[in-house]
Amino acid sequence: MSVAAAARREVAPLLPMLLAQTRAQVLSYIRIPAFSVTSLALPLVFYTFFGLPNANKHFADGSSVGLYLMCSFGAYAVSSVMVFSFGIGVATARGQKIDLLQRATPLPPAISILANVINALLYALVAVLVLMAFVLLAAGVRFSIGTAFQIVGLLLAGALPLIGLGMTIGYSSGPNAAPAVANLVYLPMAFASGMFLPIDQLPEFIRTIAHYLPTYHYAQLAYAPTHHAEEPLGWALVWSGAWAVLLLGLAVRAYQRDQSRKFS
Amino acid sequence: MAAVVELAGAHKSYGAVEALRGVDIRIEAGEVVAILGPNGAGKTTSIHLMLGLRQPTRGQARLFGRKPTDRGARSRAGVMLQESGVNGALKVRELVQLFRTYHPHPMPARRAIAMAGLEEQADVQSARLSGGQRQRLYYALAVCGDPELLFLDEPTVGMDVESRRGFLSGIRDFADAGRTIVLTTHYLEEADELARRIVVIDRGVVIADAAPREIKSRVAGKRVVFTSDHPLQADELAGLPCSGLVIEGARVRLLSNEPEALLREVFRRGLEVRDLEVAGADLEEAFLTLTSRPAPEAAPR
Repeated sequence: MSVAAAARREVAPLLPMLLAQTRAQVLSYIRIPAFSVTSLALPLVFYTFFGLPNANKHFADGSSVGLYLMCSFGAYAVSSVMVFSFGIGVATARGQKIDLLQRATPLPPAISILANVINALLYALVAVLVLMAFVLLAAGVRFSIGTAFQIVGLLLAGALPLIGLGMTIGYSSGPNAAPAVANLVYLPMAFASGMFLPIDQLPEFIRTIAHYLPTYHYAQLAYAPTHHAEEPLGWALVWSGAWAVLLLGLAVRAYQRDQSRKFS
Repeated sequence: MAAVVELAGAHKSYGAVEALRGVDIRIEAGEVVAILGPNGAGKTTSIHLMLGLRQPTRGQARLFGRKPTDRGARSRAGVMLQESGVNGALKVRELVQLFRTYHPHPMPARRAIAMAGLEEQADVQSARLSGGQRQRLYYALAVCGDPELLFLDEPTVGMDVESRRGFLSGIRDFADAGRTIVLTTHYLEEADELARRIVVIDRGVVIADAAPREIKSRVAGKRVVFTSDHPLQADELAGLPCSGLVIEGARVRLLSNEPEALLREVFRRGLEVRDLEVAGADLEEAFLTLTSRPAPEAAPR
Protein backbone atom coordinates (compact mmCIF):
# COMPACT_ATOMS: atom_id res chain seq x y z
CA MET A 1 0.00 0.00 0.00
CA SER A 2 1.38 3.42 -0.86
CA VAL A 3 2.01 6.03 1.80
CA ALA A 4 -0.83 8.16 0.47
CA ALA A 5 -3.28 5.27 0.62
CA ALA A 6 -2.13 4.42 4.14
CA ALA A 7 -2.62 8.00 5.24
CA ARG A 8 -6.20 7.92 3.97
CA ARG A 9 -7.03 4.71 5.79
CA GLU A 10 -9.86 5.50 8.17
CA VAL A 11 -10.04 2.28 10.12
CA ALA A 12 -7.57 -0.43 10.98
CA PRO A 13 -7.63 -3.63 8.90
CA LEU A 14 -9.63 -6.43 10.54
CA LEU A 15 -7.38 -9.43 9.94
CA PRO A 16 -4.37 -8.19 11.97
CA MET A 17 -6.87 -7.13 14.64
CA LEU A 18 -8.33 -10.66 14.75
CA LEU A 19 -4.88 -12.26 14.85
CA ALA A 20 -3.71 -9.98 17.67
CA GLN A 21 -6.92 -10.54 19.60
CA THR A 22 -6.61 -14.31 19.20
CA ARG A 23 -2.97 -14.25 20.20
CA ALA A 24 -3.87 -12.28 23.34
CA GLN A 25 -6.59 -14.80 24.21
CA VAL A 26 -4.30 -17.79 23.69
CA LEU A 27 -1.53 -16.22 25.79
CA SER A 28 -3.83 -15.35 28.63
CA TYR A 29 -5.33 -18.86 28.71
CA ILE A 30 -1.90 -20.48 28.78
CA ARG A 31 -1.13 -18.29 31.78
CA ILE A 32 -4.18 -19.48 33.71
CA PRO A 33 -3.14 -23.02 34.71
CA ALA A 34 -6.53 -23.61 36.35
CA PHE A 35 -7.84 -23.64 32.83
CA SER A 36 -4.97 -24.70 30.59
CA VAL A 37 -3.61 -27.53 32.73
CA THR A 38 -6.96 -28.97 33.74
CA SER A 39 -8.33 -28.93 30.22
CA LEU A 40 -5.31 -30.85 28.97
CA ALA A 41 -4.76 -33.13 31.97
CA LEU A 42 -8.27 -34.19 33.00
CA PRO A 43 -9.02 -36.19 29.84
CA LEU A 44 -5.74 -38.06 30.39
CA VAL A 45 -6.56 -38.70 34.04
CA PHE A 46 -10.01 -40.01 33.14
CA TYR A 47 -8.60 -42.15 30.36
CA THR A 48 -6.12 -43.58 32.83
CA PHE A 49 -8.97 -44.49 35.23
CA PHE A 50 -11.57 -45.74 32.81
CA GLY A 51 -9.76 -46.36 29.56
CA LEU A 52 -6.41 -47.99 30.31
CA PRO A 53 -7.86 -51.09 32.08
CA ASN A 54 -9.99 -51.82 28.99
CA ALA A 55 -7.79 -50.30 26.31
CA ASN A 56 -6.69 -53.57 24.76
CA LYS A 57 -10.07 -55.30 24.85
CA HIS A 58 -12.12 -55.68 21.72
CA PHE A 59 -15.79 -55.58 20.83
CA ALA A 60 -17.44 -58.68 19.38
CA ASP A 61 -16.69 -57.38 15.86
CA GLY A 62 -13.01 -57.10 16.70
CA SER A 63 -12.84 -53.29 16.92
CA SER A 64 -10.92 -51.63 19.72
CA VAL A 65 -12.51 -50.65 23.03
CA GLY A 66 -9.51 -48.41 23.68
CA LEU A 67 -10.29 -46.41 20.54
CA TYR A 68 -13.96 -46.13 21.48
CA LEU A 69 -13.02 -44.77 24.91
CA MET A 70 -10.61 -42.34 23.29
CA CYS A 71 -13.58 -40.92 21.40
CA SER A 72 -15.55 -40.66 24.67
CA PHE A 73 -12.86 -38.71 26.42
CA GLY A 74 -12.10 -36.73 23.27
CA ALA A 75 -15.72 -35.61 23.30
CA TYR A 76 -15.36 -34.78 26.99
CA ALA A 77 -12.12 -32.86 26.34
CA VAL A 78 -13.55 -30.66 23.59
CA SER A 79 -16.94 -30.08 25.16
CA SER A 80 -15.44 -29.10 28.51
CA VAL A 81 -13.09 -26.61 26.81
CA MET A 82 -16.10 -25.07 25.04
CA VAL A 83 -18.42 -24.92 28.03
CA PHE A 84 -15.78 -23.72 30.50
CA SER A 85 -13.80 -21.35 28.29
CA PHE A 86 -16.95 -19.55 27.22
CA GLY A 87 -19.00 -20.08 30.37
CA ILE A 88 -16.35 -19.03 32.84
CA GLY A 89 -14.09 -17.00 30.53
CA VAL A 90 -16.83 -14.70 29.28
CA ALA A 91 -18.39 -14.27 32.72
CA THR A 92 -15.00 -13.41 34.21
CA ALA A 93 -14.23 -10.89 31.47
CA ARG A 94 -17.63 -9.28 32.05
CA GLY A 95 -17.00 -9.22 35.79
CA GLN A 96 -13.68 -7.42 35.27
CA LYS A 97 -15.38 -4.98 32.87
CA ILE A 98 -12.93 -5.84 30.14
CA ASP A 99 -15.80 -5.45 27.71
CA LEU A 100 -16.45 -1.84 28.81
CA LEU A 101 -13.07 -0.51 27.67
CA GLN A 102 -13.07 -2.70 24.57
CA ARG A 103 -16.49 -1.43 23.66
CA ALA A 104 -15.15 2.15 23.62
CA THR A 105 -12.37 1.23 21.15
CA PRO A 106 -12.82 0.72 17.41
CA LEU A 107 -12.58 -3.06 17.94
CA PRO A 108 -15.78 -4.58 16.49
CA PRO A 109 -17.42 -6.88 19.10
CA ALA A 110 -17.68 -9.63 16.47
CA ILE A 111 -13.88 -9.73 16.16
CA SER A 112 -13.53 -10.23 19.87
CA ILE A 113 -16.10 -13.06 19.88
CA LEU A 114 -14.51 -14.68 16.85
CA ALA A 115 -11.11 -14.55 18.58
CA ASN A 116 -12.67 -16.35 21.57
CA VAL A 117 -14.02 -19.05 19.26
CA ILE A 118 -10.68 -19.54 17.51
CA ASN A 119 -8.89 -19.65 20.85
CA ALA A 120 -11.30 -22.29 22.17
CA LEU A 121 -10.99 -24.36 18.99
CA LEU A 122 -7.18 -24.23 19.24
CA TYR A 123 -7.27 -25.37 22.86
CA ALA A 124 -9.73 -28.11 22.05
CA LEU A 125 -7.51 -29.27 19.19
CA VAL A 126 -4.46 -29.40 21.43
CA ALA A 127 -6.44 -31.26 24.12
CA VAL A 128 -7.58 -33.90 21.62
CA LEU A 129 -4.14 -34.29 20.09
CA VAL A 130 -2.56 -34.71 23.53
CA LEU A 131 -5.18 -37.33 24.38
CA MET A 132 -4.57 -39.17 21.11
CA ALA A 133 -0.82 -39.19 21.69
CA PHE A 134 -1.40 -40.51 25.20
CA VAL A 135 -3.70 -43.27 23.97
CA LEU A 136 -1.25 -44.19 21.25
CA LEU A 137 1.81 -44.24 23.49
CA ALA A 138 0.50 -45.24 26.93
CA ALA A 139 -2.28 -47.61 25.94
CA GLY A 140 -0.77 -48.89 22.70
CA VAL A 141 -4.06 -48.50 20.86
CA ARG A 142 -3.53 -48.31 17.10
CA PHE A 143 -5.62 -46.24 14.73
CA SER A 144 -5.07 -44.80 11.28
CA ILE A 145 -4.28 -41.19 10.44
CA GLY A 146 -7.58 -41.11 8.54
CA THR A 147 -9.53 -42.15 11.65
CA ALA A 148 -7.69 -39.54 13.70
CA PHE A 149 -8.59 -36.82 11.17
CA GLN A 150 -12.23 -37.90 11.14
CA ILE A 151 -12.45 -37.86 14.93
CA VAL A 152 -10.80 -34.44 15.21
CA GLY A 153 -12.92 -33.01 12.40
CA LEU A 154 -16.19 -34.26 13.86
CA LEU A 155 -15.29 -33.16 17.39
CA LEU A 156 -14.40 -29.61 16.32
CA ALA A 157 -17.19 -29.14 13.81
CA GLY A 158 -19.76 -30.63 16.18
CA ALA A 159 -18.75 -28.28 19.01
CA LEU A 160 -21.05 -25.48 17.82
CA PRO A 161 -23.95 -26.29 20.21
CA LEU A 162 -21.49 -26.47 23.11
CA ILE A 163 -20.10 -23.04 22.22
CA GLY A 164 -23.71 -21.86 22.37
CA LEU A 165 -24.17 -23.48 25.77
CA GLY A 166 -20.96 -21.94 27.11
CA MET A 167 -21.82 -18.48 25.80
CA THR A 168 -25.34 -18.66 27.22
CA ILE A 169 -23.86 -19.39 30.64
CA GLY A 170 -21.11 -16.78 30.23
CA TYR A 171 -23.43 -13.95 29.23
CA SER A 172 -26.14 -14.71 31.77
CA SER A 173 -24.26 -15.52 34.98
CA GLY A 174 -21.92 -13.46 37.10
CA PRO A 175 -18.23 -14.27 37.45
CA ASN A 176 -18.71 -15.96 40.83
CA ALA A 177 -21.70 -18.04 39.83
CA ALA A 178 -20.43 -19.08 36.38
CA PRO A 179 -18.11 -21.94 37.47
CA ALA A 180 -20.87 -23.47 39.57
CA VAL A 181 -23.48 -23.04 36.85
CA ALA A 182 -21.17 -24.47 34.18
CA ASN A 183 -20.35 -27.51 36.33
CA LEU A 184 -23.95 -28.09 37.38
CA VAL A 185 -25.26 -27.90 33.85
CA TYR A 186 -22.46 -29.59 31.99
CA LEU A 187 -21.07 -32.38 34.18
CA PRO A 188 -24.36 -34.29 34.66
CA MET A 189 -25.02 -33.92 30.94
CA ALA A 190 -21.59 -35.27 30.04
CA PHE A 191 -22.05 -38.17 32.45
CA ALA A 192 -25.54 -39.02 31.22
CA SER A 193 -24.32 -38.92 27.63
CA GLY A 194 -21.87 -41.76 28.21
CA MET A 195 -18.67 -39.74 28.14
CA PHE A 196 -17.36 -41.26 31.38
CA LEU A 197 -19.10 -44.63 31.47
CA PRO A 198 -20.39 -46.33 28.32
CA ILE A 199 -24.03 -45.43 27.94
CA ASP A 200 -25.26 -49.06 28.05
CA GLN A 201 -23.93 -49.27 31.59
CA LEU A 202 -26.09 -46.36 32.77
CA PRO A 203 -29.54 -46.74 34.38
CA GLU A 204 -32.48 -47.01 32.00
CA PHE A 205 -34.06 -43.62 32.87
CA ILE A 206 -30.79 -41.79 32.30
CA ARG A 207 -30.41 -43.46 28.92
CA THR A 208 -33.90 -42.30 28.01
CA ILE A 209 -33.13 -38.71 28.98
CA ALA A 210 -29.72 -38.89 27.31
CA HIS A 211 -31.25 -39.22 23.87
CA TYR A 212 -32.40 -35.61 24.07
CA LEU A 213 -29.15 -34.06 25.31
CA PRO A 214 -26.80 -32.14 23.01
CA THR A 215 -23.82 -33.86 24.63
CA TYR A 216 -25.27 -37.29 23.78
CA HIS A 217 -25.48 -36.49 20.09
CA TYR A 218 -22.08 -34.87 20.28
CA ALA A 219 -20.57 -38.06 21.68
CA GLN A 220 -22.40 -40.04 19.00
CA LEU A 221 -20.68 -37.89 16.37
CA ALA A 222 -17.34 -38.76 17.92
CA TYR A 223 -18.12 -42.49 17.85
CA ALA A 224 -19.01 -42.46 14.16
CA PRO A 225 -15.47 -43.29 12.95
CA THR A 226 -15.36 -46.32 15.31
CA HIS A 227 -18.61 -47.74 13.90
CA HIS A 228 -19.89 -48.15 17.44
CA ALA A 229 -22.25 -45.21 17.57
CA GLU A 230 -25.81 -45.89 18.76
CA GLU A 231 -27.30 -43.56 16.19
CA PRO A 232 -26.41 -43.06 12.53
CA LEU A 233 -24.06 -40.15 11.74
CA GLY A 234 -26.81 -38.39 9.79
CA TRP A 235 -29.13 -38.30 12.80
CA ALA A 236 -26.33 -37.18 15.10
CA LEU A 237 -25.67 -34.31 12.70
CA VAL A 238 -29.35 -33.33 12.50
CA TRP A 239 -29.73 -33.36 16.28
CA SER A 240 -26.50 -31.42 16.75
CA GLY A 241 -27.60 -28.89 14.15
CA ALA A 242 -30.92 -28.39 15.91
CA TRP A 243 -29.20 -28.00 19.27
CA ALA A 244 -26.74 -25.55 17.69
CA VAL A 245 -29.60 -23.38 16.43
CA LEU A 246 -31.34 -23.45 19.81
CA LEU A 247 -28.27 -22.89 22.01
CA LEU A 248 -26.66 -20.28 19.77
CA GLY A 249 -30.05 -18.53 19.69
CA LEU A 250 -30.11 -18.50 23.49
CA ALA A 251 -26.51 -17.26 23.51
CA VAL A 252 -27.38 -14.38 21.19
CA ARG A 253 -30.32 -13.45 23.40
CA ALA A 254 -28.18 -13.58 26.55
CA TYR A 255 -25.52 -11.49 24.78
CA GLN A 256 -28.04 -8.90 23.62
CA ARG A 257 -29.63 -8.65 27.05
CA ASP A 258 -26.22 -8.14 28.64
CA GLN A 259 -25.21 -5.54 26.06
CA SER A 260 -28.45 -3.59 26.19
CA ARG A 261 -28.27 -3.47 29.98
CA LYS A 262 -24.79 -1.97 29.81
CA PHE A 263 -24.69 -0.09 26.54
CA SER A 264 -28.10 1.43 25.81
CA MET B 1 -16.53 22.54 10.39
CA ALA B 2 -18.12 19.90 12.55
CA ALA B 3 -17.26 19.92 16.22
CA VAL B 4 -14.96 17.14 17.41
CA VAL B 5 -17.38 16.23 20.17
CA GLU B 6 -20.92 17.39 20.56
CA LEU B 7 -23.79 16.75 22.93
CA ALA B 8 -26.95 18.58 21.90
CA GLY B 9 -29.91 18.67 24.26
CA ALA B 10 -28.75 15.33 25.60
CA HIS B 11 -30.97 13.63 28.15
CA LYS B 12 -30.19 10.29 29.72
CA SER B 13 -32.38 8.35 32.10
CA TYR B 14 -31.57 5.08 33.82
CA GLY B 15 -35.03 3.88 34.72
CA ALA B 16 -36.50 6.57 36.95
CA VAL B 17 -33.15 8.27 37.51
CA GLU B 18 -32.42 11.24 35.26
CA ALA B 19 -28.65 11.33 34.96
CA LEU B 20 -28.57 14.06 32.31
CA ARG B 21 -31.28 16.65 31.81
CA GLY B 22 -30.51 18.48 28.60
CA VAL B 23 -26.76 18.88 28.24
CA ASP B 24 -25.19 20.97 25.47
CA ILE B 25 -21.44 20.70 25.07
CA ARG B 26 -19.60 21.49 21.86
CA ILE B 27 -15.88 20.86 21.74
CA GLU B 28 -13.72 22.04 18.83
CA ALA B 29 -10.45 20.60 17.57
CA GLY B 30 -7.49 21.42 19.79
CA GLU B 31 -9.52 22.34 22.87
CA VAL B 32 -8.63 20.98 26.28
CA VAL B 33 -11.83 20.77 28.25
CA ALA B 34 -12.38 19.59 31.80
CA ILE B 35 -15.81 18.39 32.80
CA LEU B 36 -16.01 19.10 36.47
CA GLY B 37 -18.66 18.15 38.98
CA PRO B 38 -19.33 16.32 42.22
CA ASN B 39 -19.82 12.55 42.27
CA GLY B 40 -23.02 11.52 40.55
CA ALA B 41 -23.31 14.84 38.70
CA GLY B 42 -23.40 13.20 35.27
CA LYS B 43 -19.77 13.51 34.18
CA THR B 44 -19.25 9.86 33.36
CA THR B 45 -22.64 9.62 31.70
CA SER B 46 -21.69 12.57 29.47
CA ILE B 47 -18.45 10.84 28.47
CA HIS B 48 -20.29 7.58 27.82
CA LEU B 49 -22.74 9.37 25.52
CA MET B 50 -19.87 11.05 23.65
CA LEU B 51 -18.27 7.63 23.15
CA GLY B 52 -21.44 5.83 22.16
CA LEU B 53 -21.21 3.52 25.16
CA ARG B 54 -24.67 4.79 26.05
CA GLN B 55 -27.38 6.20 23.84
CA PRO B 56 -29.12 9.47 24.80
CA THR B 57 -32.76 9.08 25.81
CA ARG B 58 -33.37 12.37 23.99
CA GLY B 59 -31.13 14.75 22.09
CA GLN B 60 -28.03 13.64 20.29
CA ALA B 61 -24.35 12.84 20.62
CA ARG B 62 -21.79 13.29 17.83
CA LEU B 63 -18.16 12.30 17.51
CA PHE B 64 -16.31 13.95 14.60
CA GLY B 65 -19.73 14.79 13.20
CA ARG B 66 -20.79 11.15 13.11
CA LYS B 67 -22.59 8.68 15.32
CA PRO B 68 -20.20 7.90 18.20
CA THR B 69 -20.48 4.17 17.50
CA ASP B 70 -19.07 4.71 13.99
CA ARG B 71 -15.80 2.80 13.69
CA GLY B 72 -14.16 5.56 11.66
CA ALA B 73 -15.01 8.15 14.31
CA ARG B 74 -13.85 5.90 17.15
CA SER B 75 -10.61 5.16 15.34
CA ARG B 76 -9.62 8.81 15.87
CA ALA B 77 -10.20 8.74 19.63
CA GLY B 78 -8.36 7.23 22.58
CA VAL B 79 -10.18 6.44 25.79
CA MET B 80 -9.38 6.04 29.45
CA LEU B 81 -12.43 4.96 31.43
CA GLN B 82 -13.24 4.63 35.10
CA GLU B 83 -13.95 1.18 36.44
CA SER B 84 -13.01 -0.63 33.30
CA GLY B 85 -10.62 -3.54 33.10
CA VAL B 86 -8.09 -5.30 30.93
CA ASN B 87 -7.02 -8.91 30.74
CA GLY B 88 -4.93 -9.33 33.90
CA ALA B 89 -2.87 -12.17 32.49
CA LEU B 90 -1.44 -10.02 29.71
CA LYS B 91 1.69 -7.94 30.15
CA VAL B 92 1.78 -4.17 29.70
CA ARG B 93 3.61 -4.40 26.38
CA GLU B 94 1.25 -7.08 25.08
CA LEU B 95 -1.80 -5.01 25.92
CA VAL B 96 -0.35 -1.92 24.24
CA GLN B 97 0.48 -3.98 21.16
CA LEU B 98 -3.04 -5.39 21.14
CA PHE B 99 -4.71 -1.98 21.42
CA ARG B 100 -2.47 -0.58 18.69
CA THR B 101 -4.07 -2.96 16.21
CA TYR B 102 -7.46 -1.34 16.84
CA HIS B 103 -6.27 1.93 15.28
CA PRO B 104 -5.28 2.70 11.69
CA HIS B 105 -2.21 4.83 12.44
CA PRO B 106 -0.85 3.83 15.85
CA MET B 107 2.33 5.13 17.43
CA PRO B 108 5.16 2.68 18.26
CA ALA B 109 4.33 0.65 21.39
CA ARG B 110 7.58 1.75 22.98
CA ARG B 111 6.57 5.41 22.69
CA ALA B 112 3.14 4.84 24.24
CA ILE B 113 4.74 2.95 27.12
CA ALA B 114 7.27 5.77 27.59
CA MET B 115 4.53 8.41 27.53
CA ALA B 116 2.85 6.57 30.37
CA GLY B 117 6.14 6.16 32.24
CA LEU B 118 5.81 2.37 32.32
CA GLU B 119 9.14 1.36 30.76
CA GLU B 120 10.12 -0.59 33.85
CA GLN B 121 6.78 -2.37 34.04
CA ALA B 122 6.55 -3.24 30.33
CA ASP B 123 6.93 -6.96 31.02
CA VAL B 124 4.72 -7.09 34.10
CA GLN B 125 1.32 -8.75 33.91
CA SER B 126 -1.35 -6.10 34.28
CA ALA B 127 -2.94 -7.83 37.27
CA ARG B 128 0.28 -7.21 39.23
CA LEU B 129 0.33 -3.43 38.73
CA SER B 130 -0.41 -0.99 41.53
CA GLY B 131 -3.45 1.27 41.31
CA GLY B 132 -1.44 4.20 39.97
CA GLN B 133 0.47 2.04 37.48
CA ARG B 134 -2.81 0.62 36.31
CA GLN B 135 -4.05 4.14 35.54
CA ARG B 136 -0.85 4.74 33.59
CA LEU B 137 -1.45 1.54 31.66
CA TYR B 138 -4.92 2.78 30.74
CA TYR B 139 -3.31 6.02 29.61
CA ALA B 140 -0.84 4.09 27.42
CA LEU B 141 -3.77 2.17 25.91
CA ALA B 142 -5.60 5.44 25.28
CA VAL B 143 -2.70 7.14 23.50
CA CYS B 144 -1.20 4.16 21.62
CA GLY B 145 -3.52 4.72 18.66
CA ASP B 146 -2.02 8.22 18.32
CA PRO B 147 -5.53 9.69 18.56
CA GLU B 148 -6.61 13.21 17.64
CA LEU B 149 -8.97 13.15 20.59
CA LEU B 150 -8.37 11.81 24.06
CA PHE B 151 -11.06 11.04 26.64
CA LEU B 152 -9.81 10.78 30.20
CA ASP B 153 -12.42 9.87 32.80
CA GLU B 154 -11.00 10.65 36.26
CA PRO B 155 -7.44 9.92 35.08
CA THR B 156 -5.54 10.51 38.31
CA VAL B 157 -7.63 8.34 40.63
CA GLY B 158 -5.33 6.14 42.72
CA MET B 159 -2.15 8.14 41.97
CA ASP B 160 0.07 9.64 44.62
CA VAL B 161 1.00 13.33 44.44
CA GLU B 162 4.35 12.74 42.79
CA SER B 163 3.20 10.46 39.99
CA ARG B 164 0.12 12.62 39.52
CA ARG B 165 2.30 15.64 38.73
CA GLY B 166 4.35 13.78 36.13
CA PHE B 167 1.25 12.28 34.64
CA LEU B 168 -0.49 15.64 34.27
CA SER B 169 2.55 17.15 32.61
CA GLY B 170 2.52 14.29 30.11
CA ILE B 171 -1.10 15.04 29.29
CA ARG B 172 -0.20 18.70 28.85
CA ASP B 173 2.51 17.76 26.34
CA PHE B 174 -0.01 15.73 24.41
CA ALA B 175 -2.40 18.69 24.41
CA ASP B 176 0.37 21.03 23.28
CA ALA B 177 0.82 18.82 20.24
CA GLY B 178 -2.60 20.04 19.14
CA ARG B 179 -4.74 17.15 20.35
CA THR B 180 -8.22 17.60 21.70
CA ILE B 181 -8.62 16.42 25.28
CA VAL B 182 -11.78 15.89 27.25
CA LEU B 183 -11.26 14.96 30.87
CA THR B 184 -13.52 14.59 33.85
CA THR B 185 -12.43 15.26 37.35
CA HIS B 186 -13.83 16.28 40.67
CA TYR B 187 -10.72 18.27 41.55
CA LEU B 188 -10.95 21.92 40.63
CA GLU B 189 -7.14 22.28 40.79
CA GLU B 190 -6.68 19.46 38.32
CA ALA B 191 -9.13 21.01 35.90
CA ASP B 192 -7.46 24.39 36.39
CA GLU B 193 -4.00 22.93 35.81
CA LEU B 194 -4.84 21.21 32.54
CA ALA B 195 -7.81 22.74 30.88
CA ARG B 196 -8.39 25.96 29.03
CA ARG B 197 -12.10 25.53 29.45
CA ILE B 198 -14.14 24.07 32.30
CA VAL B 199 -17.65 22.75 31.97
CA VAL B 200 -19.31 22.34 35.35
CA ILE B 201 -22.05 19.74 35.55
CA ASP B 202 -24.32 19.34 38.52
CA ARG B 203 -27.35 17.10 38.83
CA GLY B 204 -27.41 16.43 35.12
CA VAL B 205 -27.22 20.00 33.80
CA VAL B 206 -24.37 22.26 32.74
CA ILE B 207 -24.25 25.03 35.31
CA ALA B 208 -21.16 26.81 34.01
CA ASP B 209 -18.98 26.69 30.92
CA ALA B 210 -16.08 29.12 30.92
CA ALA B 211 -12.33 29.61 31.26
CA PRO B 212 -10.81 28.32 34.52
CA ARG B 213 -10.11 31.85 35.79
CA GLU B 214 -13.73 32.82 35.42
CA ILE B 215 -15.00 29.64 37.02
CA LYS B 216 -12.70 30.11 39.99
CA SER B 217 -13.89 33.68 40.48
CA ARG B 218 -17.48 32.49 40.50
CA VAL B 219 -16.90 29.62 42.86
CA ALA B 220 -17.13 30.56 46.51
CA GLY B 221 -13.83 30.14 48.28
CA LYS B 222 -14.90 30.36 51.92
CA ARG B 223 -17.66 29.07 54.14
CA VAL B 224 -18.68 31.50 56.89
CA VAL B 225 -20.71 30.44 59.92
CA PHE B 226 -21.72 32.63 62.89
CA THR B 227 -24.41 33.10 65.50
CA SER B 228 -26.07 36.38 66.30
CA ASP B 229 -27.78 37.38 69.53
CA HIS B 230 -31.28 37.29 68.06
CA PRO B 231 -33.15 35.30 65.38
CA LEU B 232 -32.24 37.04 62.13
CA GLN B 233 -34.57 38.14 59.36
CA ALA B 234 -33.54 37.76 55.73
CA ASP B 235 -33.60 41.54 55.13
CA GLU B 236 -30.98 42.08 57.83
CA LEU B 237 -28.53 40.16 55.62
CA ALA B 238 -29.76 41.39 52.26
CA GLY B 239 -27.17 42.57 49.75
CA LEU B 240 -24.19 40.82 51.31
CA PRO B 241 -21.55 39.46 48.85
CA CYS B 242 -22.46 35.87 49.52
CA SER B 243 -24.43 32.88 48.31
CA GLY B 244 -25.95 29.73 49.69
CA LEU B 245 -27.31 31.74 52.60
CA VAL B 246 -29.03 29.62 55.27
CA ILE B 247 -30.59 31.24 58.35
CA GLU B 248 -31.65 28.97 61.19
CA GLY B 249 -32.90 31.27 63.94
CA ALA B 250 -29.85 33.16 65.17
CA ARG B 251 -27.45 30.89 63.29
CA VAL B 252 -26.20 31.89 59.81
CA ARG B 253 -24.32 29.83 57.21
CA LEU B 254 -23.16 31.23 53.90
CA LEU B 255 -20.52 30.97 51.20
CA SER B 256 -18.42 33.89 50.01
CA ASN B 257 -15.41 34.81 47.95
CA GLU B 258 -14.86 37.99 49.96
CA PRO B 259 -15.31 36.97 53.59
CA GLU B 260 -13.45 40.06 54.87
CA ALA B 261 -15.67 42.51 52.98
CA LEU B 262 -18.69 40.51 54.02
CA LEU B 263 -17.83 40.57 57.70
CA ARG B 264 -16.96 44.28 57.54
CA GLU B 265 -20.45 44.89 56.21
CA VAL B 266 -22.00 42.64 58.88
CA PHE B 267 -20.24 44.60 61.64
CA ARG B 268 -21.14 47.92 59.98
CA ARG B 269 -24.79 46.92 60.20
CA GLY B 270 -24.27 46.45 63.92
CA LEU B 271 -25.11 42.78 63.99
CA GLU B 272 -23.81 40.80 66.95
CA VAL B 273 -21.44 38.04 65.80
CA ARG B 274 -20.49 35.06 67.99
CA ASP B 275 -18.90 31.66 67.33
CA LEU B 276 -17.50 32.91 64.03
CA GLU B 277 -16.01 30.27 61.74
CA VAL B 278 -14.39 30.98 58.40
CA ALA B 279 -13.13 27.93 56.53
CA GLY B 280 -12.25 26.93 52.98
CA ALA B 281 -15.32 25.70 51.14
CA ASP B 282 -15.04 22.20 49.75
CA LEU B 283 -15.96 21.50 46.18
CA GLU B 284 -19.48 20.35 46.99
CA GLU B 285 -20.09 23.69 48.69
CA ALA B 286 -18.36 25.58 45.92
CA PHE B 287 -20.76 24.03 43.45
CA LEU B 288 -23.66 25.23 45.58
CA THR B 289 -22.67 28.78 44.67
CA LEU B 290 -22.85 27.99 41.01
CA THR B 291 -26.14 26.17 41.41
CA SER B 292 -27.77 28.99 43.31
CA ARG B 293 -26.49 31.57 40.83
CA PRO B 294 -26.68 29.83 37.48
CA ALA B 295 -24.61 31.46 34.76
CA PRO B 296 -26.81 33.05 32.09
CA GLU B 297 -25.60 30.78 29.30
CA ALA B 298 -26.34 27.74 31.42
CA ALA B 299 -29.80 28.69 32.60
CA PRO B 300 -32.16 25.72 32.34
CA ARG B 301 -34.32 25.94 29.25
